Amino acid sequence: MAVKNFVVGLFDDEAVLFPAVKKVRTAGYKLHDVYTPFPVHGLDHAMGLRETSLHTAGFIYGITGTTTALSFMSWVFNVDWPLNIGGKPHFPLPAFIPITFELTVLFAAVGMVYTFCYLCQLMPGVKKHIFHPRQTDDKFVMVIELTEKTNAEEVKNFLASAGAHEINEQRAEAGWWFGRYDKDDEPYLRKIQTTNA
Amino acid sequence: MKDQFVVPARLKKTSFVLMGVGLLTLLIGLIAFHGENATRFWAGLLQNSSFFLLITLASTFFIAATTLAHGGWQIAFRRVPEAISMAVPILAAILFVVVMIIVFGGKDDIYHWVNAHHVAEDKILSWKSAFLNKGFFTIATILTLGLWIFFTMKLRRMSIEEDGWDLRPETGRKLLWRNTVVCGGFLVVFTLSVGSTTPWIWLMSIDAHWFSTMYSWYTFASTWVSGLALIALFVVYLKKHGYLTYVTEEHLHDLGKFMFAFSIFWTYLWFSQYMLIWYANMPEETEYFQPRVWGQWRPIFFLNLLINFVTPLLFLMKRDTKRNYTAIVFIAIVIIFGHWLDFWQMISPGTVKNLVFPWFELGLGLGFVGLIIFLVSNQLTKAALVPKNHPYLKESIIHHT
Repeated sequence: MAVKNFVVGLFDDEAVLFPAVKKVRTAGYKLHDVYTPFPVHGLDHAMGLRETSLHTAGFIYGITGTTTALSFMSWVFNVDWPLNIGGKPHFPLPAFIPITFELTVLFAAVGMVYTFCYLCQLMPGVKKHIFHPRQTDDKFVMVIELTEKTNAEEVKNFLASAGAHEINEQRAEAGWWFGRYDKDDEPYLRKIQTTNA
Repeated sequence: MKDQFVVPARLKKTSFVLMGVGLLTLLIGLIAFHGENATRFWAGLLQNSSFFLLITLASTFFIAATTLAHGGWQIAFRRVPEAISMAVPILAAILFVVVMIIVFGGKDDIYHWVNAHHVAEDKILSWKSAFLNKGFFTIATILTLGLWIFFTMKLRRMSIEEDGWDLRPETGRKLLWRNTVVCGGFLVVFTLSVGSTTPWIWLMSIDAHWFSTMYSWYTFASTWVSGLALIALFVVYLKKHGYLTYVTEEHLHDLGKFMFAFSIFWTYLWFSQYMLIWYANMPEETEYFQPRVWGQWRPIFFLNLLINFVTPLLFLMKRDTKRNYTAIVFIAIVIIFGHWLDFWQMISPGTVKNLVFPWFELGLGLGFVGLIIFLVSNQLTKAALVPKNHPYLKESIIHHT
């Protein structure tokens, strides 16, 4: 991953945040992310995020479950250990359906959960930089990435005019890392600890 | 905003042409099927009248279920299911005439329990005669049809009356409360009729020796998903003609989800009924599936699953199709046709026995479609298309899935 420069702005209200997100995109700044305390309807569209492919992945997992169940059961009852159960045929499709259904659902559900975690970069031990301690608590935080073309002061003025406050510049790891907040990156946790001590 | 529906001349013409086709088929059937062939005439009438009555009744169920669930999203097009449900009285009258002629006209090739000699010689039918007799059949039919018509008309009358109220918090609360009470009453009746007795006596008693506890729910699922498809068709039609301004693809998306979900629900009930009978393999139960799975009806049996399960499952799986007007119209027509086919294979193997091309049944079906278009479009003109005083109207307008 890479260490990058960011300009961070804090918003108090969804109604101020929404037009600001739209303005950022028309102004052409590179939006790193927007952190909200609750899911904001339509924010993904405003941010220009593409539609998720999670459901396509789910379909593929489901099909995999169907195939696994059907092929395994037919192998067991026809090739590996054929048994006469109540005079039923060795490929009794109706009896296979409940298990096939269960396995389809299981594969789709578990696969989608893991894919979701992967897409959101969530895992035990995985850490990401926290731009503001209240960013998913009760404040809306907008993070703009600085590139060679953007001027930090200009972005700060822009955010201020869009209604943000506590605007600051941060140099931080953009991706995720394994580790601990107190040792590896995060200054703010240490700061809180020192004030408490 | 166009809020008052005017029946376009083309729609009126279409409905008259379709009704003409239906009447012509009825006349041809009357001439072609007499004597020993009269079975097909009555079986076709029974199939079509019960199917189309139950799919229009599904609209009343839609209103009742969404009202009790305090659903707000459907208010923008609530007048559409209301108008469809107003076809219930006429279709109920048609069905009543048909079943009464079958029962009291001694058509024992349809219901063989109406023949007293059969019942006396038949141990199973004698056992069932406490339930399967002309008196019970008639009383249950009159009672259920009467209550359906009563609740349907009551809901419609209340809804139109509410347009004249003034909009205040108290009137809003009163509106919700009295709708909840009436819808609750209807759902009790509906569960005890469509959810239990009605399909037994009208349809399952064709195979009078056979029984299945899943049968009524199976019939309900079939008619409910077709009823939703019917609502979707009228909603899209009105939308395409510039009415229902507040209805957007968000509402269409929800109707699509309903059709998707209840197609799977239908399959679930289909499978629950089939698998238990297949597994136990008892002759008195498997006799129902014998002609359908291993007899002449085998292609229809599997076509039924293909049209009513695989097609909606794969077609409606994607979000884009549920939000596309053309796609919804296509799949709604497929679903209605598929479940019509389902009713055909429920009724014909026990009566007509042989698999023949259903020109007579299809012709009658077109007649019923014409009748429904005629009745519903007439009803749509009788009130504004938006129930402007409903407290949940705003929720429906800003609805977002």
